[in-house]
Amino acid sequence: MQWEAVIGLEVHVQLATQSKIFSGASTAFGAEPNSQACAVDLGLPGVLPVLNEKAVEMAVKFGLGVKAEIGRRSIFERKNYFYPDLPKGYQTTQMDAPIVGPGVVDIVLEDGAERSIRIHHAHLEEDAGKSLHEDFQGMTGIDLNRAGTPLLEIVSEPDMRSAKEAVAYLKSIHALVTYLGISDGNMAEGSMRCDANVSVRPKGQETLGTRCEIKNINSFRFIERAINHEIERQIELIEDGGRVVQETRLYDADLDETRSMRSKEEANDYRYFPCPDLLPVDLDDAYIDYLRSQMPELPEEKKARFVEELGLSVYDANVLASSRAMAEYFDRTREICGDAKQAANWVMGELTGRLNKEGLEIQQSPVAAEQLGGLIKRIIDNTINGKAAKQVFAALWDGEGHTADDIIEAKGLKQVTDTGAIERVIDEVMANNPAQVEQYRAAEPDKRGKMVGFFVGQVMKASKGTANPQMVNQLLKQKLEG
Amino acid sequence: MALNQDDVAKVAHLARLAIDSSNTQAYADDLTSILALVDQMQTVDTQQVDPMSHPLDATQRLRPDEVTEADQRNLLQQGAPAVEQGLFLVPKVIE
Amino acid sequence: MIDLTLTQLADGLAQGDFTSRELTDAYLARIAEHDAQINSFITVTEDSARQAAEAADARRAAGQASLLTGIPLAHKDIFCTQGVRTSCGSKMLDNFVAPYSATVVEKLDQEGMVSLGKTNMDEFAMGSSNESSFYGPVRNPWDAQAVPGGSSGGSAAAIAARLTPAATGTDTGGSIRQPASFCGITGLKPTYGRVSRWGMIAYASSLDQGGPMARTAEDCALLLSAMAGFDPKDSTSIQRGVPDYRSALDSPLSGLTIGLPKEYFGDGLDASVADVLQAAIRELEALGVTFKDVSLPNTRLAIPSYYVIAPAEASSNLSRFDGVRFGHRCENPQDLEDLYKRSRGEGFGAEVKRRIMIGTYALSEGFYDAYYRKAQQIRRLLTQDFLAAFNEVDLLLGPVAPTTAFNLGSKNNDPVQMYLEDIYTLGINLAGLPGMSVPAGFAAGRPVGMQLIGPHFEEARLLNVAHQYQRVTDHHQQAPAL
Repeated sequence: MQWEAVIGLEVHVQLATQSKIFSGASTAFGAEPNSQACAVDLGLPGVLPVLNEKAVEMAVKFGLGVKAEIGRRSIFERKNYFYPDLPKGYQTTQMDAPIVGPGVVDIVLEDGAERSIRIHHAHLEEDAGKSLHEDFQGMTGIDLNRAGTPLLEIVSEPDMRSAKEAVAYLKSIHALVTYLGISDGNMAEGSMRCDANVSVRPKGQETLGTRCEIKNINSFRFIERAINHEIERQIELIEDGGRVVQETRLYDADLDETRSMRSKEEANDYRYFPCPDLLPVDLDDAYIDYLRSQMPELPEEKKARFVEELGLSVYDANVLASSRAMAEYFDRTREICGDAKQAANWVMGELTGRLNKEGLEIQQSPVAAEQLGGLIKRIIDNTINGKAAKQVFAALWDGEGHTADDIIEAKGLKQVTDTGAIERVIDEVMANNPAQVEQYRAAEPDKRGKMVGFFVGQVMKASKGTANPQMVNQLLKQKLEG
Repeated sequence: MALNQDDVAKVAHLARLAIDSSNTQAYADDLTSILALVDQMQTVDTQQVDPMSHPLDATQRLRPDEVTEADQRNLLQQGAPAVEQGLFLVPKVIE
Repeated sequence: MIDLTLTQLADGLAQGDFTSRELTDAYLARIAEHDAQINSFITVTEDSARQAAEAADARRAAGQASLLTGIPLAHKDIFCTQGVRTSCGSKMLDNFVAPYSATVVEKLDQEGMVSLGKTNMDEFAMGSSNESSFYGPVRNPWDAQAVPGGSSGGSAAAIAARLTPAATGTDTGGSIRQPASFCGITGLKPTYGRVSRWGMIAYASSLDQGGPMARTAEDCALLLSAMAGFDPKDSTSIQRGVPDYRSALDSPLSGLTIGLPKEYFGDGLDASVADVLQAAIRELEALGVTFKDVSLPNTRLAIPSYYVIAPAEASSNLSRFDGVRFGHRCENPQDLEDLYKRSRGEGFGAEVKRRIMIGTYALSEGFYDAYYRKAQQIRRLLTQDFLAAFNEVDLLLGPVAPTTAFNLGSKNNDPVQMYLEDIYTLGINLAGLPGMSVPAGFAAGRPVGMQLIGPHFEEARLLNVAHQYQRVTDHHQQAPAL
């Protein structure tokens, strides 16, 4: 039987506010345990929440970015359950009237195909704290620094049909939130976390199969593995005559498996009701229009601009617009060097290759866009040739100079374009290789093209790579034809 | 609606309340009589009535995004039952 | 001294008839002498009271005293007081020393008022007789066999017994007005949102409201002016200027129309209470008030609606008392579940558990619409009744409770009997209206209060009527023999 997977994602995005969603404590990552958990975050008696305006603003911007209807009156509700990382015994969240209504996200698959994934809604809520399972005399330690960090939970429709689509969707969301500046998108620090609802059904069947929710997927790499693993598990189960049970499963990255979390599932009755400590959040047209006017260029618009105005290929545009940092780096490089195609080639080629090799993000690149732009400028104006450019790039990476020009100067990489100087080198090379010159001259004209390469190599070597390759080619041919 | 001892046990579990088994019947009786009182509501037709969560027709005020709370961990943990290295301790959490 | 009202005390301090230290010592001595019988205080803060009194005297000497500087008062033990145990009448918080003060406490501290200590109350403000306190019942100073009412029973009894000239109280379903009525003092529940709830331990957030309790309406006006006002820390606090309640006290009552809700004078109202109210109505008529019969047709639904909404909110508000971060924790918990269940089972008394269970049940899956949603719909009907009545009349007048103070132990074994006590007070909280209890006489030696109810934010009107009434009557000047 042919099976089809049906996948929906719930993505939790930590919003990049300074303070928490309902308190004035800092949201900075990595502080001493409980040093950023104020009385409100700890749920001490008598404390009250007040909503952070930036969290609202960021949620609305996301809504505008996915072309969603913005909730004119959104309501906060309490989701009641007991857990040590949940200090008040309830999570303040939104259910019936979320701040962001239905919308749509475009995704690009690896083969370049595009699809639209519908957003069911997105809502604001507070993050929980963390349980630390190191052994404290057999006890678990609770750190509530993260408690109260604003989250935007983005709930998709079950529109994805493969793990690859889920990854592409997650990448689109990542690009969008980083473009909007509403999250740092740092998955390693938990700024983006993902739960996946996965079910399978025979291909062609309309009704959905029973779904499982996989929790705790915290990287692009894991999401593909976790979902594929779950799809296989469900298919095997059904083919063996079993039945999928609706449950929550935890993805364990170390063991690369999902396992049932029945213990947490048991008797879940969250008793949602409107939070009486918070009032309805009313947003008017003027506010929404103002935020609309503040929207930065989004990935889709950026791609279109790259293709239409800069003449890049769709593939290049997709890659360069995939993250705000990449796009900004590219734009800056392009502005400095004045050549979009060269800039694209360098950013996607040499730079990305080196970053990948070193496991760095583009924000961490040792070579700044200004430096790369300056380097490309020198290729365009023929100051250096391509070979020397790679040497300059490596030197910039290693911090050997501040600008490309400094390095070109220090290393003497300036391209030789003086005809007389190149001719002198050619003469020298020909004098040192008389046998090869004779062979060349004896060869059929259509074979000579290949043979010229030997001389080019020798000349470049003798000039320490500084001779202009086009001029070398041209002058060599003249002299060899002699 | 009459609640029995099982219902009380279920609700007590949801609310994480230890109830002495010798008291569950008493609680069941009390809760049943309270629900009987409450059930008077069912005599009124409220289909056309908007639920009211809040007495005044006010809306949520927003706070500027500023860090106003300094680290007060020592003060705030003074009354904590069990703390080590700044962490609140609880019996082992098994996921 | 101890027979003087707040206003008279302010004059005495201003004229130098006595110092705050002398006044404070006098009250502390009275508490030491009489409170063993009454049990109105949970904590007496003698040392800090004397220090505050001395500071107040110094402030006065420096010419920086306000009207209330140096006047002693007591806080209901539901208000957080920094550095002082804040128990909320519960074993759960027997060891809880608040790390911050409630906004109300801070405001009165800033006036230079001297806190004598924390008054007894029904556990977590759940009760109408003060019998649910972990610290034992409070005795009514008028009759040791009688309850003082609840939940602000300690505050009311302490004022009646001249152990303090004034106190703070909170009112979720009558908890200021009913004990004020039972103890023969004056108490005002302001409009919801008028007084900050920050630092006031929540029972039912959408109903809770702090307010003043004292001997006279004038005293309440003075206190309310200091307590009320917008608080950015409370989302439900109303951004609205605070009038000078004292300056409105002297307006004549001619031309005023007061409504008499027929549902408040029907079956169930004790005849002796009705007689006292009739006499009060005649007094007010003599002052120029016109009375008019009105109807609040849904009155009978106030009890069922309240006893869903309040327990539902409470069930969630009280989830934070879990033995993890503060408060009572059971000995040697076996596991997390055991920690939660035993800490809460041991820390909460029977009435609190009952209400948590009722609230949990009402919010649980399958019952939400029939209970919680229904109760909120009825809440709207009840509110509409009041607003309709205020189209016809300026204020409403009725009983506070169906009877005078009942005997200790007579109702605490039957929760429903106890809940029926609140029939005339609950609707006011559900609608968020201001209401007050004014001493109107005695029946069989026990005080009777009349309730005045106003439209939202019409506290000044209530105080005006009460003050004019107190100018021509002396019920509020009667003192119990201890």
